[in-house]
Amino acid sequence: MRLDRSVIFLAVAVLASALATLFEKSINPYYFQIIIYIGINIILASSLNLINGFAGQFSLGHAGFMAVGAYTAAVITTSLGVTRGSIFAIPVLALALLLAGLMASIFGLIVGIPSLRLKGDYLAITTLGFGEIIRVIVQNLDFLGAARGFTGIPKLANSFWVFSTAALVIFLIYNLVNSTYGKAFLAVRDDEIAAEAVGISSTRIKVVAFVTGAFFAGVAGGLYGHFVTYLNPMQFSFLKSFEIVVMVIIGGMGSIIGVILSATLLTILPEALRTVSQYRMVIYSLLLVIIMLTRPQGLFVRRRLFKRGSTPKTEIS
Amino acid sequence: MSLLEIRNLQVKYGAITALKGVSISVEPGQIVTMIGANGAGKSTLLRAVSGLIKACAGNVVFEGVDITNLPAHRVVALGISHAPEGRMIFANLSVRENLEMGAYPRANKGEIGHDLERVFSLFPRLKERFKQSGGTLSGGEQQMLAIGRAMMARPRMLLLDEPSLGIGPILVKAIFETIVEINRELGMTILLVEQNAHQALKIAQYGYVLETGHIALEGSAGDIARNEQIRKAYLGEA
Ligand SMILES: Nc1ncnc2c1ncn2[C@@H]1O[C@H](COP(=O)(O)OP(=O)(O)OP(=O)(O)O)[C@@H](O)[C@H]1O
Ligand SMILES: [Mg+2]
Repeated sequence: MRLDRSVIFLAVAVLASALATLFEKSINPYYFQIIIYIGINIILASSLNLINGFAGQFSLGHAGFMAVGAYTAAVITTSLGVTRGSIFAIPVLALALLLAGLMASIFGLIVGIPSLRLKGDYLAITTLGFGEIIRVIVQNLDFLGAARGFTGIPKLANSFWVFSTAALVIFLIYNLVNSTYGKAFLAVRDDEIAAEAVGISSTRIKVVAFVTGAFFAGVAGGLYGHFVTYLNPMQFSFLKSFEIVVMVIIGGMGSIIGVILSATLLTILPEALRTVSQYRMVIYSLLLVIIMLTRPQGLFVRRRLFKRGSTPKTEIS
Repeated sequence: MSLLEIRNLQVKYGAITALKGVSISVEPGQIVTMIGANGAGKSTLLRAVSGLIKACAGNVVFEGVDITNLPAHRVVALGISHAPEGRMIFANLSVRENLEMGAYPRANKGEIGHDLERVFSLFPRLKERFKQSGGTLSGGEQQMLAIGRAMMARPRMLLLDEPSLGIGPILVKAIFETIVEINRELGMTILLVEQNAHQALKIAQYGYVLETGHIALEGSAGDIARNEQIRKAYLGEA
C-alpha cells in the first residue's frame, strides 16, 4: 500500500465509521459495546506496537497513558458541561481528545527521557512501575473521584469517533514506518550502536516513539471514558497494560495488520468464551500459551524474522 | 593541516585502560592503516573518534574542529563515517534500506539515488540483492554493505574496522581493491584498521602499529613493511 492507497483507506474507513453511526441503535447493545472496545483496543495496540514493535522498546505502562488521557478528557467535557446532542459536543470532544493525547504525551516525555536509557527488562519494569504510580495517584485525587470513580461523563463517543480515530492511527503509523524517518525506528530496534554509527540519534528516536505512542493511548483513553461514561482507577491497572502487550505480541511485533487482527480477536475471544464456559479465562490463557509455542513470531506474521530470503514487511496489506 | 588529528587520547573501560595516550594524524587524501594484535585497542580508537565511546582524556580534531566526545550522530553529520567491527548490519532492513539509512543525516536527499548507484557499481553483488534483508547476507556481502552504508553519508573520512575479517582470500583482495578505488576515485580519506597487515600496508601510504594501548611504531607503509620486528610479529615471517 503506497501513500495514495493509504489515503483511500483512511477516507473509506472514516466514511464507513460515520455511516455506521446510523445503525448503532439497531445493534444489540452488548455487541455494540464489544465492537467499540475492538476499535479502542486497535488504537491501544497499534500505538504500543510503535513503541514495542517498531522501535523495540519494551514498555509495560500503556494503561497509565490511557488513564492520563481518559481522566484529562473527562475533566474537560464535564467541566464544560456539554451533553450528548448539544451542538458543542463535536468540537468539545475533539478538543478533549486532543488535550488527552497531549497530556499523555507529556507524561510519556517525563517517563521516557530517564527510563529509555534502560534496556529490555529494566525498561519493562520501570514502565510497569510508572503505570501503577499513575493509578495510585488517581486513586488518591478527590477531584478525579479517587477510588470511588469518576461518574457523569457524557456519552459522546460513538462508532464514528472510535473507528475514524483507529483508522487515523493506522494511517499515520503506516506512513511513518514506511518513511525514512520511520525506517530509523527499525534501525534502532535492530542495532542501536549501528544506528548511532550511521548518524541516527537513538535516544531521540526512542523518545519520539514513546511520546507518539503515549499520545494515541491518551486519545484511546479519552474515547473509552466517553463511551463507558464512568472511570475507575482499576480499569487502568497493569492487567490492562498486559492485555495490550499480549495483543502486540500475538499480532506480531512490528506487523500493522497482525496487531489489528489480534486486537480484534483478543477482544472478541473472552466474550465469546463467556457463553460457552465458566472456565473461559483458563481457555483463553491456554490459547495464548499454544499460540506462543507454535507461532512465536506472531499469529498473523507469515514468515519468521531472519529467515533466508525474506524481507519482513511493514505493510498494511 | 591534517584532516584528522588525535592527541594523547585515553580511553578506559571500567578499570581497563584500553588507550594510554595515543597520538596520530591522518593527512587528507591518504589511506592510513592501524595494525596491531588482538586487544591492542584498534577498535577502541575508531569508536572514540566516531563518538561510540567516550574518551577520558585527549583530543580528537577533525578539519580543525575539536570533536572529542561529540555524540556519534553528530560526528557523522560532520563528515566521518564508521563501518564498525562486526559489520552491525540492520538485520531486518533490506540491503537498499540499510544503504538509505547510511544517508540518514544528509540534508540534501536529492542525490541519494545517484549514490546508491555508485555503491552498486563498486559492489555489484549488493545490487543483485538489494531487496534481501541484511541479516540474510553472507559475511562478505555484509562487509560490502557495511562499507557501502558508511559511504552513503558522503563522508570526507571513512573509518574501516577490519573489513577483511572472516572473509575468503579472493574476496579480501577484491575488497582491498575497492577500498583503493573509494580513496582514489571518490577522494575519501581512509583510516583502515586491519589484522591483515600485509594487505593493509600494500594499499596504505602511512601506518601505525598499536601495542596494548600505545603507538609502538609509525612510518610510511613501506618502512613499516620492511621493519624486521614488524615482519616477525605481524607479517608472519620467522
Ligand atoms: N566493552 C568493553 N568492555 C570492557 N573491555 C573492553 C570493551 N571493549 C574492549 N575492551 C578491552 O579493551 C581492549 C582493546 O579492545 P579493542 O576492541 O579496541 O581491541 P582491538 O585492537 O580492536 O582487537 P581485535 O583485533 O581483536 O578486534 C581489550 O583488552 C578489550 O578486552
Ligand atoms: Mg577490533
